[in-house]
Amino acid sequence: MTTESVHTPPAGAGADVGLSTGEVFPDRHEGDVVMRLRDVAVAFAGRTAVRDVSFDVYNHEITALIGPSGSGKTTLLRALNRMHDTVRSAKVTGSIRLGDTDVYGPDTDPTLLRARVGMVFQRPNPFPTMSIYENAVAGLRFNGVRKKGLLDEAAESSLVAAALWDSVKDRLKAHASTLSGGEQQRLCIARALAVEPEVLLMDEPTSALDPIATKRIEELIGELKDRVTIIIVTHNMQQAMRVSDQCAFLLMGDDKAGELIEFSATSKLFSQPEDPRTLDYVNGRFG
Amino acid sequence: MSVLTLDPANDPILERRRLIREAAAASVRRRKLSSTIALGLCWVFLGLAVVPLVAVIAYTFAKGIVAWNADFFTQPTKPAGIPDGGVSNAIIGTVIIGAVATLVTIPFGLLGGLFLAESDGRVASAIRFSADLMTGVPSILIGIFGYVALVKEFGYSGLIGAFAIGMIMLPIIMRACETAIRGVPGHLQEAGLALGARRFVIARRVIVPAALPGIITGGLLAIARGVGETAPLLFTIFGSQFVTWNPTKPMDALPLVIYNNSQQPDPTLLSVAWGAALLLMVMVLALSIGSRVLAAYLQKERR
Repeated sequence: MTTESVHTPPAGAGADVGLSTGEVFPDRHEGDVVMRLRDVAVAFAGRTAVRDVSFDVYNHEITALIGPSGSGKTTLLRALNRMHDTVRSAKVTGSIRLGDTDVYGPDTDPTLLRARVGMVFQRPNPFPTMSIYENAVAGLRFNGVRKKGLLDEAAESSLVAAALWDSVKDRLKAHASTLSGGEQQRLCIARALAVEPEVLLMDEPTSALDPIATKRIEELIGELKDRVTIIIVTHNMQQAMRVSDQCAFLLMGDDKAGELIEFSATSKLFSQPEDPRTLDYVNGRFG
Repeated sequence: MSVLTLDPANDPILERRRLIREAAAASVRRRKLSSTIALGLCWVFLGLAVVPLVAVIAYTFAKGIVAWNADFFTQPTKPAGIPDGGVSNAIIGTVIIGAVATLVTIPFGLLGGLFLAESDGRVASAIRFSADLMTGVPSILIGIFGYVALVKEFGYSGLIGAFAIGMIMLPIIMRACETAIRGVPGHLQEAGLALGARRFVIARRVIVPAALPGIITGGLLAIARGVGETAPLLFTIFGSQFVTWNPTKPMDALPLVIYNNSQQPDPTLLSVAWGAALLLMVMVLALSIGSRVLAAYLQKERR
């Protein structure tokens, strides 16, 4: 399902706003850039964890962040919706823009931003005291939505989108803990989708799941891109190949800080990478 | 792969997104207002809590510091009318009583806390409940218990004072140890079990070392609490004007000096009481700060 979205490279190297994406996407326009990262770096207590990250995330594409442990994938992902705000020693520099919004701008409310940039975590984390329905609409309630009609509509729409509706529609009042691990993760995806974010961040969303549940989540990710732009961290290269359109390869530098080595269309990154380190990594020579 | 609906007026998802964003923006405005009010109230109540605290500390400091001189630290308490009295006997008493109480309660507290953390049985919950009750018992009752049970038999002595202080400290140490040990991740215990280790060996070699910062903090805070207690000492150590290192004899202690001297009309004795109060405050403060610094250091060591 994702293969059809990977365009064949036309002649001539393409360039968007001065950054090589390695491949021209003919139907892409400057206005389709959802998130724009420029020289992004994250440091904890003065120690840089990841730096020199610049790339564009296009609307309705799936961007994968890959790289070995310690390369700063998750750190970078969490910078995109200001999850590092809760860590006092964390400092994010460079520029991250979401549409017209400066993510770290002084007038940007982090809570409103996070409603626009949702997140799904490594381990399914449905709220244990809430029912399936209440989990699905939790984000709406947290944001002050009270209209029953809107809540019901959002719950159904997001549970349908997360491929969970058919199996839970008759037991929406049941506790979320009655679901299996894979179903719980899909509930978490529904919970994130219900707020109708523009971007959905996924931090190794299948690392705690079995292969069958993983396959279902991967299929789901492909289906979701009509609705939301997805940035996914994965340590599984096959997964990145299967689900993503664009791929960012990060690697830990000499001073233990992660760096962006290469960013290009997934098909190109895995077949003809420009950097020899990328080639070594995708061929499984390390990591 | 379906084609995107790009008509903003008819796309239900875009419409819902707009409604949700509106609700969110409105709720942020509400939240900002209530946040400002709540924060304002926090400052008011912080002020109400801090003003008396600062007043007590400042007053004690001003009154106590004038009593601090060489004699204060080197001379024992002297009766009214005799100049150059100090509290050396009370300092020695407090240190010895505190040390004996600590040495006796720490093994019991640590093992008790370990038991409470490892066991969820009926005995454990009964002990846990008793320990919580003990922290709530008025300390004068513990002093009276020491008097009835021990002083009537053996006479006044520092050891019985240490016993009474230990009764105050034990439940605090035990519960602190339990909390610290429960904070150690369960997979460490499993890792030990999977190596064929006995539970006590795992506790001694893995669990307790991992919980050490919390155990030390809890222990020092319990000592700080114990040495500040007056009531358990009133009926047990009697007080003594002589410098004695022997805990089987009646002893003096700083809280007792404060209690006794503050009831005297003599201004010199009153001043000594203030000086003793300041000294006790500084000791308790040093223990509290020390426990925190030590815990922070130990935490840092293992990163």
